[in-house]
Amino acid sequence: MNRLITVSPSPHVYEDTTVKRLMFDVVIAMLPALAMSIYFFGMGAIIVTLVAVVSCLMFEWLIQKFLLKQEPTITDGSALVTGILLAFNVPSNLPIGIIILGSLVAIGVGKMSFGGLGNNPFNPALVGRVFLLISFPVKMTSWPVPGGFNTGYADAVTGATPLAIVKEGLGKGDQLSDLMAQVPSHMELFYGHMGGSMGEIAAVAILLGFAYLLFRKVITWHIPVSILLTIALFTGIMWMVNPQTNADPLFHLLTGGVMLGAVFMATDYVTSPMTIKGMWIFGIGIGVLTVLIRVFGAYPEGVSFAILIMNAFVPLINAYVKPKRFGEANNGK
Amino acid sequence: MSTTILLTIISLSAIGSIAAIILYFVAQKFKVFEDPRIGMVEEALPAANCGGCGYPGCRGFAEALVRADDISPLFCPVGGNDVMTTVAKILGKEVEAKEPLVAVIRCSGSFAKRPRTNEYDGATTCIISSNLYSGDTGCQYGCLGMGDCVTVCKFDAIYMDKETGLPVVIDDKCTACGACVKACPNIIIELRKKNKKDRKIFVSCVNKDKGGIAKKSCEVACIGCSKCVKVCPYEAITLENFLAYIDPNKCKLCRKCVEECPTNAILEINFPPRKQKDESIEGTEQVKSSEKENE
Amino acid sequence: MLKTFAKGGVHPAECKYSEDSAIVNLPLPKTVNIPIAQHIGAPSKAIVAKGDKVKVGDKIAESTGFVSANIHSSVSGTVAKIDDILDSTGYKRPCIVIDVEGDDWNETIDRSTELKKEISLTDKEIIAKINASGIVGLGGATFPSHVKLSIPDGKKINVLIINGVECEPYLTSDHRLMLEKAEEMLVGIQILMKALSVNRAMIGIENNKPDAIAHLTALVKNYPGIEVHPLKVQYPQGGEKQLIKALINREVPSGGLPLDVGAVVHNVGTAFAVYEAVQKNKPLFERVVTVTGQLISKPSNFMVRIGTPVSQLIEAAGGLPEDTGKVINGGPMMGKAVNSIEVPVTKGTSGILIMSKDAAKRKKESTCIRCAKCVSVCPQGLEPYLLIKQTQLEKNDKLEQSGVMDCIECGSCSYTCPAGLPLLDYIRLGKSRVSRIIRSRKQ
Repeated sequence: MNRLITVSPSPHVYEDTTVKRLMFDVVIAMLPALAMSIYFFGMGAIIVTLVAVVSCLMFEWLIQKFLLKQEPTITDGSALVTGILLAFNVPSNLPIGIIILGSLVAIGVGKMSFGGLGNNPFNPALVGRVFLLISFPVKMTSWPVPGGFNTGYADAVTGATPLAIVKEGLGKGDQLSDLMAQVPSHMELFYGHMGGSMGEIAAVAILLGFAYLLFRKVITWHIPVSILLTIALFTGIMWMVNPQTNADPLFHLLTGGVMLGAVFMATDYVTSPMTIKGMWIFGIGIGVLTVLIRVFGAYPEGVSFAILIMNAFVPLINAYVKPKRFGEANNGK
Repeated sequence: MSTTILLTIISLSAIGSIAAIILYFVAQKFKVFEDPRIGMVEEALPAANCGGCGYPGCRGFAEALVRADDISPLFCPVGGNDVMTTVAKILGKEVEAKEPLVAVIRCSGSFAKRPRTNEYDGATTCIISSNLYSGDTGCQYGCLGMGDCVTVCKFDAIYMDKETGLPVVIDDKCTACGACVKACPNIIIELRKKNKKDRKIFVSCVNKDKGGIAKKSCEVACIGCSKCVKVCPYEAITLENFLAYIDPNKCKLCRKCVEECPTNAILEINFPPRKQKDESIEGTEQVKSSEKENE
Repeated sequence: MLKTFAKGGVHPAECKYSEDSAIVNLPLPKTVNIPIAQHIGAPSKAIVAKGDKVKVGDKIAESTGFVSANIHSSVSGTVAKIDDILDSTGYKRPCIVIDVEGDDWNETIDRSTELKKEISLTDKEIIAKINASGIVGLGGATFPSHVKLSIPDGKKINVLIINGVECEPYLTSDHRLMLEKAEEMLVGIQILMKALSVNRAMIGIENNKPDAIAHLTALVKNYPGIEVHPLKVQYPQGGEKQLIKALINREVPSGGLPLDVGAVVHNVGTAFAVYEAVQKNKPLFERVVTVTGQLISKPSNFMVRIGTPVSQLIEAAGGLPEDTGKVINGGPMMGKAVNSIEVPVTKGTSGILIMSKDAAKRKKESTCIRCAKCVSVCPQGLEPYLLIKQTQLEKNDKLEQSGVMDCIECGSCSYTCPAGLPLLDYIRLGKSRVSRIIRSRKQ
């Protein structure tokens, strides 16, 4: 026989899932949220997204090519996801320079300094976001008010997010019922008519993306559901105890990036636990921390910090929370 | 305002000094006595942490050296005789000089000489391939060519030749730590005496198949014809399982076997090109005499 | 809701191309190479020499221990030589080479096809007969069957499980056997029940074989104690531990055997072989082999004599396709790719699968993104991503703690990994290292 046959260890068939396909599924899942933010914030949303994506891809390529001397892997789509997520987490009128800096921190510090995809302990987009939030607190918290599709990039009118309005008002001793009148109704919050970061506003679009991710089996439901349940339960109890000073659970779920964080940020493969049990612990931890930061902390919004803090616990969770082994507990006779 | 600063300074200094005192006593209580010679010996070792001595790192070896009554069985292949003499001096013990060794690859089955019979497409390590099957050539003994030896070498002394698909040892860099010998699942790498001018003669084949089968799977296989055994004037060559082996301790580098081998399975390395037959024998005499001088 | 096992598992494309091809007898080959190590355990010892004449069914190699099996000649003819020959394990192993002359069967074998229902032997005699006939697990594991039937004192077996799952994609040999030799197989099951003195047997069949389920369900009415259980299609349900979990919801303890939970598992092929051995005095020298693959022009099921070269089976199924990339002995998940098509069929060969060059290529490797898919598909509840890391770093004691020895090598992790990592390759390496350590510890 003149042609050679191939020999390899079993198995000999493979599922057609690849890292690239998973990443592009995530991108597809983020499209509805992107569309909503373009609808509400106009040109600004497009510019911010483009700048973030292009600079993330570019930094990844540059670092791999010249610093780490690796074969660049930007086609796997992970930098694309980081770019879009970073854009989702900033206001739509953020100056271009700041976005590029954020991308550099996200890719350079958040991802490549740990050895690239698969080795980063923290979600790169969140590292970038938190870095910007601490470095440019004013720029990062002057949220454009939804102005419709025709809003230009620089001329957006800014205002506070609903969460900030409530938090500040309560701090000043205002009545919650008065404050709730100032913020958009729950229905408006649901489809995203509020001030805030680009991707976090439209809960409906994010839920659509969540459904797509579940359908494509990219993620399991455990992390998002455990986060949302915990937040709903925690804020629900506080609301029942004193509805005068605590906003209702639905308000908490629909504002301030809870949805975005739960569906797209906390479920990042690299920085979330490996086991179902671990995922529950992770999700509950994020939920509790988010509410603690929101209610007792200095920031009106806590999802990013909560996820980053829980990211740090993931190696610990992985080390101690093991799947139940087959035959471990002998239940037969 | 100034009282605040003062209070801060005082309280912090107080905390600092209390902590220092506690730490001092704790350190005294838990002090571990350590033979200072361990540190000295470790200093003398090459700090390559290669494990070639059989101990976990240079520190472990230093401890073993200090503990041992007779250090002659212990040897640091990287540092060689110089380091061992230094160590012996520190410890006040005796050590014999050992012949420097170098790794040799006992397989010449390059792509050209050894036809492939199938393609391997698994994890690219020799050990996994060898656990799976007999390899991608007809010869189940030879080099698998995926470079486990290169991966384990800490001295960059071995590389894969892309042309031949075989590993090549860079003699100058090789410290004979033996990591590659352990890593090779087919045990084709051997540590042999370095000799003068790095001259080596060895059977570059480990094929134990019968002559016909071996020859069919590889042009340069040892076919066990025993011609070399007969020609060797020093009885340095033995034949077992259709495979010849040259004992490095008996071999006097006369090069007679090299010419005799019908498949060119015996390699001579770092010898000057051959001239007349008579002269080459003379040459060996010289080598022999110079070896004696060495001793 | 159909029964299945609790944890993990994957569902590869089934591709049962040959499920409608009836079993055909393959023409006799010119020579057969019969390896003397075809089973798990000690290799047998050849008891024939060069030049000996043998008949079909003559014993040619003898078992060398309790966990070992006799080997019988599959053809009649002259022993040409006993030599090291490449077999389907990928290594050269001692084989008995026989030149075929005619088809002369040993006189003691009952060659009639009529069904013999009465079981005349006692349980002890049955086990002795199975031992003498060289029967091993025909599902692929090739564990000597008499060992599984000899229950140590103090253990109580209350159910016999018959594995008709055939969870490997492509393979259909068990499926055809259940359709064509159902009655014989059921008598075989009764024999096994008698040997084990149990009065309950459960046949587990995956739901993608509705004709076999219907056929057997109709027949078992006449065989008291035997039940047919349809199961949800889920790989690796054919694994002993998974099948026991699916059928009787008991978990074989880590490192334990099915008999620790009161069950014994046999394959349908084994049950048929037991029938032939006990009722017809015919030792194990032929078996059903599926020859299949996308490119094969006639996917078939053949009754093949042990020792026939694989090339001959491929020829009978329409020849080796031009674009052949891999030839696999067994199914695509656990089968072994062979390095020559001249390797012989052995007792464990349930199928020959031909894969195209494109299909044979592995996915391109990239880095682990910790997606946890390997953890979620592992039927044994292990963490393959961790095992590969620990193997690469040679952390053997950690590897043992992580349960590497519980791995059943089903390949679900490698199958599902989106980064195309050779998880199972490394886990196998880790297993072999750890088992070596465990062995040395015992000494």
